[in-house]
Amino acid sequence: MASDDIWILGINMTKFGKHPDKDIVDLAAEAAMAALSDGGVTMKDVGVLAAGNLMSAAAGIGQQLQKQIGQTGIPVYNVANACATGATALRTAIMAIKAGETPVGLAVGVEKLSGAGLLAGGARKADSDEWTPSGRYGAVAGVDGRIGTETMPGVFSQVGMEYGHKYGGTSFELFARISEKNHSHSTLNPMAAYQKKMTLEEIMGDVMVAYPNTRPMCSANCDGAAAAVVVSGEYLKTLSLEQQKRAIKVSASILTSDPYQVACQILPDVNTLTRLAATQAYEQAGVSPQDLDLVELHDCFATAELVHYDNLMLCDEGGAVDFFESGATWRDGKTPVNVSGGLESKGHPIAATGIANIWEVCHHLRGEAGDRQIKDAKVGLAHVIGLGSACGVHILERSAA
Amino acid sequence: MAQQVPLVDYLVLGDDPHLVANECTSCGARFFDRRNACASCFGTEFKKADVSPTGEVRAFTIVSFAAPGIPVPFVAAVIDCDGTSVRGNVINTPADPEHVSLGMKVKLATYEVGTDAAGTEAIGFGFEPLN
Repeated sequence: MASDDIWILGINMTKFGKHPDKDIVDLAAEAAMAALSDGGVTMKDVGVLAAGNLMSAAAGIGQQLQKQIGQTGIPVYNVANACATGATALRTAIMAIKAGETPVGLAVGVEKLSGAGLLAGGARKADSDEWTPSGRYGAVAGVDGRIGTETMPGVFSQVGMEYGHKYGGTSFELFARISEKNHSHSTLNPMAAYQKKMTLEEIMGDVMVAYPNTRPMCSANCDGAAAAVVVSGEYLKTLSLEQQKRAIKVSASILTSDPYQVACQILPDVNTLTRLAATQAYEQAGVSPQDLDLVELHDCFATAELVHYDNLMLCDEGGAVDFFESGATWRDGKTPVNVSGGLESKGHPIAATGIANIWEVCHHLRGEAGDRQIKDAKVGLAHVIGLGSACGVHILERSAA
Repeated sequence: MAQQVPLVDYLVLGDDPHLVANECTSCGARFFDRRNACASCFGTEFKKADVSPTGEVRAFTIVSFAAPGIPVPFVAAVIDCDGTSVRGNVINTPADPEHVSLGMKVKLATYEVGTDAAGTEAIGFGFEPLN
């Protein structure tokens, strides 16, 4: 291993679901302690901590976590980057190692979302009894629902529909079948919030949230945390052979924001920045999409999964529908996508997601994924997108040791 | 006739209601709110530009689950108005996939949002099927 490589030494996620008896500090501590233990190190070894919790981003989850598991005076970065918060925390720790500030970093993401409803567009101010222009658009009354929608299901439905308009081939049923795949995959994942197989009829007949996404086609609000210990290659060389064997190489760590595109300020463009991140990641890692043994991508809604097949270049441009129809993204297909069950069934505790998807890939690369193991997996990709937008792509490879 | 105000400042009322954008004089990028510099080319000069009142539906969703007080279902859409994308609802047609489709031709239409205590009407906009 090269001295300047970055490795994941230890990684863990809590079970996603309802944790009524645990607060965000408990959940973050559970994941962090388990990640440290998985890597065979303690807080004494850690030189930097990056932590994310989106819903109470001002609370300083990093320092709260230290008070729960070990205060050593190291720099703490509390990060918030929408649904890319976890990936941003991981990348922050990686950057500190790359900068030579420390050989060992800890990244943690945690969220409590059980029972949460709409995360945006969940409330509109009542109309006042005097029309007075205010805000950036000089609006005299609330515009959500009057000028489009602010809800995430509505935004991502339009993202999928726009793809259909551009390339054709999409339908309510097609999007529902993507969801059917992920719910089917989830039955093998004991860490998922929901492990229920759902038929196409059940999915299409469920409560409509924003056409064409019904409830099971939306990411599940739930509680959870994930944490990772990252180290330099030079540091890894000083550790035991067993630690070296289980370490996973971070072949690429990329974070992008959206470059200007016409209309990107009208409907968020989640495509261009994902394609940009993927291009940079494949180049940095020296791998191609065909090399990937599994992909965990950001299926915040079934409509989103389709466009990311294309954005991550798993298929030819414009070919996402055919790619899915070929069966490629089922767990026995050419490029298994979201074998964890994805955000639609595993769940989406926002800040945890960008590390939990990396845990899933690492689990397979280590050969420790049990019933859902993708056989002989060597290379995997994890992708998240936070609306606004931020995109994180990590490419991970099995240790050669 | 009662006094009228537009729901948002980029809606121009009158005999010929239309939307107006801030257009970058260097590259032509359009924005509906103010900019210190163009997000595309970083130019700092802008002029007002009228947006075509007709266009086609580039993307849509039928929202069934929204904040309390928002009538559902409604159609939220992105309308391509001769090259300028606009966010707006598709109105004056049933909110179902049989009546709204990708590529559908639409035109700007206004409606009364409500009347305040002084009797002033707030006027909103949406897009209705052209035919």
